[in-house]
Amino acid sequence: MIPTLEIERESARLDAERENQREHWDGSAADGRVYRPGELDLSHKVILYLDDITVSFDGFRALNKLSLTIDAGELRCIIGPNGAGKTTMMDVITGKTRPDSGTAFFGQTIDLTRLTEPEIAHAGIGRKFQKPTIFEHHSAFENLELAMKADKRVRRTLFASLLDDERDRVAEVLRQIRLDQAADRPAGLLSHGQKQWLEIGMLLMQEPRLLLLDEPVAGMTDDETERTAELFVSLAGKHSLVVVEHDMAFVEALGGKVTVLCEGSVLAEGDLATVQADPRVIEVYLGR
Amino acid sequence: MFGPTKRQWCIAAALCVLMGLAALPARAALDPALVQGLGGDFNARVAAIDALGVAGGDEATALLDALEGGRLGTVDGRLVVIAPDGLRDAASGEALAADAGAATRITVNNRLRRAIGTARAALALSSAQPAQRLAAADTLRENASPALLPVLARALAAESDAAVREVLLYATAKLELSSPDPALRLKAAQALGASSDAAVKNLLAALLEKRGEGAAATWVEPDAEVRAAAAASMRAIDRRIGLAQTAGTLFSGLSLGSILLLAALGLAITYGVMGVINMAHGELLMVGAYATFVVQGVFRSHFPAYLDLYVLAAIPAAFLAAALVGIVMERLVLRHLYGRPLESLLATWGLSLVLIQAARVLFGPQNLELANPSWMSGGVELAGGVVLPYNRIVILGFAAFVLVLIWLMMQKTRLGMFVRAVTQNRPMAGCVGVPTARVDTLAFAIGSGVAGLGGLALSQIANVGPAMGTGYIVDAFMVVVLGGVGQLAGAVWAALGLGIVAKFLEGWAGAVVAKILVLVFIIAFIQKRPQGIFALKGRFADS
Amino acid sequence: MRTPFTLRLFQSMPRGGWIALAIFAVVAWIGVPVAHLALPESHPLHVSAYTVSLLGKILCYMVVAVAMDLIWGYAGILSLGHGLFFALGGYAFGMYLMRQIGRDGSYGADIPDFMVFLDWKELPWYWAGSDSLLWALFLVVALPGLVAFVFGWFAFRSRIKGVYFSIITQALTYAAMLLFFRNETGFGGNNGFTDFKRILGYDITSPGMRVTLFALSAALLIACLVLGRYLVTSRFGRVLAAIRDAESRVMFIGYNPLHYKLFMWTLSAMLCGLAGALYVPQVGIINPSEMSPANSIEIAVWVAVGGRGTLVGAVLGAGIVNLAKSVFTVYLPEYWPFVLGFLFIVVTLYLPDGVVGLWRKLRARRAAAALDDASAAAGAGRAAAIGGTPAEAPVTERQAARSATDTPIAKGANA
Repeated sequence: MIPTLEIERESARLDAERENQREHWDGSAADGRVYRPGELDLSHKVILYLDDITVSFDGFRALNKLSLTIDAGELRCIIGPNGAGKTTMMDVITGKTRPDSGTAFFGQTIDLTRLTEPEIAHAGIGRKFQKPTIFEHHSAFENLELAMKADKRVRRTLFASLLDDERDRVAEVLRQIRLDQAADRPAGLLSHGQKQWLEIGMLLMQEPRLLLLDEPVAGMTDDETERTAELFVSLAGKHSLVVVEHDMAFVEALGGKVTVLCEGSVLAEGDLATVQADPRVIEVYLGR
Repeated sequence: MFGPTKRQWCIAAALCVLMGLAALPARAALDPALVQGLGGDFNARVAAIDALGVAGGDEATALLDALEGGRLGTVDGRLVVIAPDGLRDAASGEALAADAGAATRITVNNRLRRAIGTARAALALSSAQPAQRLAAADTLRENASPALLPVLARALAAESDAAVREVLLYATAKLELSSPDPALRLKAAQALGASSDAAVKNLLAALLEKRGEGAAATWVEPDAEVRAAAAASMRAIDRRIGLAQTAGTLFSGLSLGSILLLAALGLAITYGVMGVINMAHGELLMVGAYATFVVQGVFRSHFPAYLDLYVLAAIPAAFLAAALVGIVMERLVLRHLYGRPLESLLATWGLSLVLIQAARVLFGPQNLELANPSWMSGGVELAGGVVLPYNRIVILGFAAFVLVLIWLMMQKTRLGMFVRAVTQNRPMAGCVGVPTARVDTLAFAIGSGVAGLGGLALSQIANVGPAMGTGYIVDAFMVVVLGGVGQLAGAVWAALGLGIVAKFLEGWAGAVVAKILVLVFIIAFIQKRPQGIFALKGRFADS
Repeated sequence: MRTPFTLRLFQSMPRGGWIALAIFAVVAWIGVPVAHLALPESHPLHVSAYTVSLLGKILCYMVVAVAMDLIWGYAGILSLGHGLFFALGGYAFGMYLMRQIGRDGSYGADIPDFMVFLDWKELPWYWAGSDSLLWALFLVVALPGLVAFVFGWFAFRSRIKGVYFSIITQALTYAAMLLFFRNETGFGGNNGFTDFKRILGYDITSPGMRVTLFALSAALLIACLVLGRYLVTSRFGRVLAAIRDAESRVMFIGYNPLHYKLFMWTLSAMLCGLAGALYVPQVGIINPSEMSPANSIEIAVWVAVGGRGTLVGAVLGAGIVNLAKSVFTVYLPEYWPFVLGFLFIVVTLYLPDGVVGLWRKLRARRAAAALDDASAAAGAGRAAAIGGTPAEAPVTERQAARSATDTPIAKGANA
């Protein structure tokens, strides 16, 4: 008995030591909490920092020293004329495009420019594409099931089975996005607006901390647009949202802070009314 | 570029002229004393034969003929020619009264025969035919005797053919190197630096060896200055041979690249325009090659006088035959598979099976060998035995010509503009009124036709057989993968680059390992540039 | 509540599938052996040695077809290099068979005849351990697996997709073929391995061995089908199909497509290796021509003929094409390339879902009369499915339902 005890004590000591070391590594945490690597650190109440980001394609600067911060729980709208770099910005945040220069941090500690797309998704960033991208051969239910926050490594999915509470969660989101009547229908057969909703539903299943939504209401009816706005507003606070949109009525309905992008950098920032009154913004939108 | 410098030539020429002048008087007449040596002992005979070689002239030739034919004899110490009608004095040619039976014939043994051969060669050096001079020089190359030095010098002074000069220089220097005079040896060791012959290098290397064992060893070449000159010359030769070989490898790489380019250009067009990997593309090469074969047959039976021109007539034939097959393929099969690239791949593979088997049934399963027209045979010889064959040079030029045509077509014609439009954005092109279906057919026809031209080129350097296309098609695909989709410039760089890399690797590691290394290289390259050399970036990258 | 694994394995296949497998097992494990061994040759039900070997060979091909279907039909990755993995498995087992010849070769040497011919004195290092059956069996799986893993890792990591990937796999098998053609590579060059004598000391040509190999091939096929069925109905299978349809979306919801593709790719290569290992002793020869690009692409046509994306289609396709090939090469060898060529074209043009798709379409047409009843039932089913397990509804059945209603969905595998 005694040797076993000693081993246990020894291993407990080692654990403590390891814990100490970890604390030492992450000593920068401002609120004194210990953050494990990969965990989101919101101690400064800011969820996303983009600093001085430049991306160019064959000499064309899609992003030009773009700097932007998103607060935790914020609902931010990004507007801007075509080619302003809105989609490229999302590509940089989600790891699809690597910036030529500049830094992108998720919280205080997670360097987005070093992570792959799936790693960024795991860290807690969800993205909705401009064109609805869903799995057309899978049913709506399966689409949500696949998006569900879970261990997404191969060896887990090989033996994964759906638990009851997980099934409830899928059913709940299906109701939320009003697809409960179409749960078993192949997603390819849904209407355009339904597909947009399904993709938003997939984002919700992911339980991300930050949602990036690229033109989420394109192709929706007014009624659907209104409901989408309601949904987003209800999500804000618990989640942070960045919405790229051209539909000004929708932006107004969301009511958050607005950032105007132009030629790859921030032109103006503030609430919608202020931004709309800004002469530079007017010039960009109405031509010179 | 690889030959001796101008200054070296001047020195050599001056030397030769001097030596030639010195030797001239010996040519004036056939010296009786010289002739008399033939009647002496063996050493005297050899010396006399050599002297005849040096002297030159018809009489000397006639005398050598007589000696070799056993028609030379002595009567009382006097040298005579035994002719059917009696005896004649060998020197003066006057008829003698003595009976033919009185003469003692001079026996010719192997040593004499060799000496005669050398002398004859020395005589032939003044022949009017460069080919005869070259043969003569080759004979003298290894076994000239020092006595022939003046002849060689004379011949060198008068020689205009570079190949003959090369051999003569070698023969002279070899003789000089064994001369007892260090100054002459030094001169030879330096002069040999202008050569680019591996045999010369061995000759020089022999000088730098030691004879004997341990401390008692002595240099083969006692003079340190000569040794230094020999070493310097060896380095020069090495450099020159190395350069020639590099140039040769570069050329065969370019040649392979030009074939790949012809194969890949068409592929790049069809893949770029329709996103269709045409697995039967190799068989379009085969169609072009068989079209060339048929044209050759027609010329052979109907216009044998113009047989050399069949290749030119085959250009339109190969293009049209392959283009026709391409159009049929496009209309009957590929048209219905747009937007399903993997299935197109399978269907075109099926087409390739059918085409191969059809060729086997029509032309038989054996490989056919097409004769190069005379103006395409032979080649340019570089130093160190490296030959650049004319047929490959012509193909290189032909590939460049086709490339320019395609480029002009793509950039300057309306069809080319349509093709580029469809490559970039098919639905949009359709919307603005580009007749996409017609463009597809035409682009496919042109791509196929270019493959046919590739087959024509291939028929000039390789065998024509039903399965000839399959060997090239994998490489052609690699070119397209490496170059990027629908990118002409990418295809050019990738084809030439792959050809050259493959040939250099081949020289270094063997053909099979080279192939594998190239594949590994491509996979590694794609790690860095997934879209090929000329990548589309930004918004187009995903489509 | 988590469903037990065995139960899910059982549930992954509809009852009809299990019954069909059971019937197949009885025929292969009892019927054929009895008909070959016990019945006299004059008996009408006697199965000749030729037939047993031919069927055994086709069973191996069926395994390859299933492996191909898993990676092509379900993951949308068309490999034109599966012949390489098949041949690697064959060579790995062939090494063991060569060692089993012992001193009975024509030179009576300790090393295989072709090495004597090359004037080699001893076995190269990579032949070490090849006299052990266990090591050979390990290599049969590990060698193709390793090659596939390394190649796949590089290819998938750099996101090589679609036709690009297909072409590069073709180049891979082509390069390997050239490598194996060399005598110095140490695998018999042109001639490969042949003249096998024994396995584990038992005569390889004896009827008992023949039947054993046949039964093992059948067992492998059954195991492959069960495994494949489980994979494609698991969440793993759904992720795989999702990658096929919209890879970027899969990445942005947190799956790493690299790992999924790589797993399926490597597993598929390993299955091919096993099939190759069983193929070699039944055919009696393995040479580099097995690695020729033509052989690999033929595998794709088996799957296409049967119906891609359905395991039963792959099995059917391999059977149909290879039986036809056996018949043609005996009676009309000249015409087989034409038949095969037109098969490629006709299937891709007119039978995109293969024989299985055709059969389903016919059945759907017959069922069209009862469409009203069917739609009512489907409505009820949908309502039930939200509460129940969607995984229970097999992928293939839903596909059938879709093709029956003629949906405008593009074929996902080609996107």
